[in-house]
Amino acid sequence: MGIEEVYRAESRRVLATLIRLLGDFDLAEEALQDAFAAAVERWPVEGVPASPRSWLISAGRFRAIDRLRKRRREVASPPDPLSLGERGNDMSEIEDYDVIDDRLRLIFTCCHPALNPDAQVAMTLREICGLTTEQVAAAFLTTAPTLAQRIVRAKIKIRDAKIPYEIPERGDLPERLASVLHVVYLVFNQGYFTRADLATEAIRLGRLLVELLPEAEATGLLALMVLHDARRATRTNAGGELIPLEEQDRSQWNREQIREGVALVERALTSRGFGPYTLQAAIAALHAEAPSSQATDWPQIVGLYDVLLRANPSPVIELNRAAAIAMRDGPEHGLTLIDAILARGELEEYRLAHAARADLLRRLGRKPEARSAYERALTLAVEEPERRLLERRLRELSATI
Amino acid sequence: MKYLCLVYQEEKQEANVPRDQIEQAKKDYWAFAEDIKKSGHYIVSHGLQHTDAATTVRVRNGKLSTTDGPFAETKEQLGGFFLIEAKDLNDAIQVAARIPSAKWGSIEVRPVWV
Repeated sequence: MGIEEVYRAESRRVLATLIRLLGDFDLAEEALQDAFAAAVERWPVEGVPASPRSWLISAGRFRAIDRLRKRRREVASPPDPLSLGERGNDMSEIEDYDVIDDRLRLIFTCCHPALNPDAQVAMTLREICGLTTEQVAAAFLTTAPTLAQRIVRAKIKIRDAKIPYEIPERGDLPERLASVLHVVYLVFNQGYFTRADLATEAIRLGRLLVELLPEAEATGLLALMVLHDARRATRTNAGGELIPLEEQDRSQWNREQIREGVALVERALTSRGFGPYTLQAAIAALHAEAPSSQATDWPQIVGLYDVLLRANPSPVIELNRAAAIAMRDGPEHGLTLIDAILARGELEEYRLAHAARADLLRRLGRKPEARSAYERALTLAVEEPERRLLERRLRELSATI
Repeated sequence: MKYLCLVYQEEKQEANVPRDQIEQAKKDYWAFAEDIKKSGHYIVSHGLQHTDAATTVRVRNGKLSTTDGPFAETKEQLGGFFLIEAKDLNDAIQVAARIPSAKWGSIEVRPVWV
């Protein structure tokens, strides 16, 4: 195995363990680089060690201790994690379960709710996924210096407020896991239209979580992401225009991913404590398995939205339920529900509420109303593929009026 | 590590709270303080008089200026504090969550410089 492969496979694990041993993110990152620099020098001569991971952890720790000793000689610095670093020189004591726990510690620390939400996402992509600061900045349409500063602030808070490097206790786990899943889902959604690489990264994170902590909602979220991703190729056309679900070429959906997603949904639904992610994944699974929009099991989808709404009341879910009712009972029934939501003043600024309303008006042949609803949606839409679809709808309406 | 838990709540709302609820809140505070004394978290705590008794002091270019009230107009006012000793932020958050006012106001948890 070459050093590059080892880096890809092991660098995040080694980092997670070094953070625990050294008690400091920055020191651990320097140590990680030092360890790989040493490997580049020594492996070609001495051969790749039997356990590259232990070798790297050990090398990183000793280099870090060296650095700390030098710094101490240069300036009289306050007490540091040196004592930690010197404890237990025998690397064979770093067991696999320690390394697994360290990865979870890193995930829960990066997604700690006491950190700013933007920083949670940035830390996750940088520290857990190993993306560069430039890559993370590009994904979130910000500059590298801004992003770097966000990460620096987060690390300072972790150190100064003493956010512990630990897996939450059982009692705190649901809330803390929700925070982690939210970050993963944000990363996935950021890549929904244009950044397949981010969606892939989110799915990889999802897999890691399920492997390390097989909770129902972690499995549910992975299922949801895999099922959405199975439709990636058919979601936009060559011109970058959004293709709605009913017009997508279902023969192009990724059957392999759908099979995996459906199996994950089934597993999550039979585990204790499943919630919104699992229910949304179950809905996505019904869509994925349907041969066409007409042949979709709309009654069951409405039923799942009912459950989702009870567990998690939200106007957005109400809107999705209304769209499903329109498919089950006819557009006028869906329209009544959407109008009621908008009449409450909720979702007035939500583009998809107006787009869904416009679709139903179009199907009912109420063209002038459909037109103004599409226009309203267009003023609120930001994502280019969505805008293009709305513009096409408006063109089609003009052509037939 | 020491954390200062600053208790914020709406002063204006206090006048509308029924007598028995205030009595209950006092009991809850007393029980909470006893609790964290036993667990070793407690260092010191005080309740504060309302912000109409507050004065903000500044010195600019050597000149003292004194103004009435707290320095910022906010919905919730600082009503008191607990200085606690906690293992880490997670431990401090657990303690802060048990401060009775967390149910109607909010608690700002600030690590203290060491």
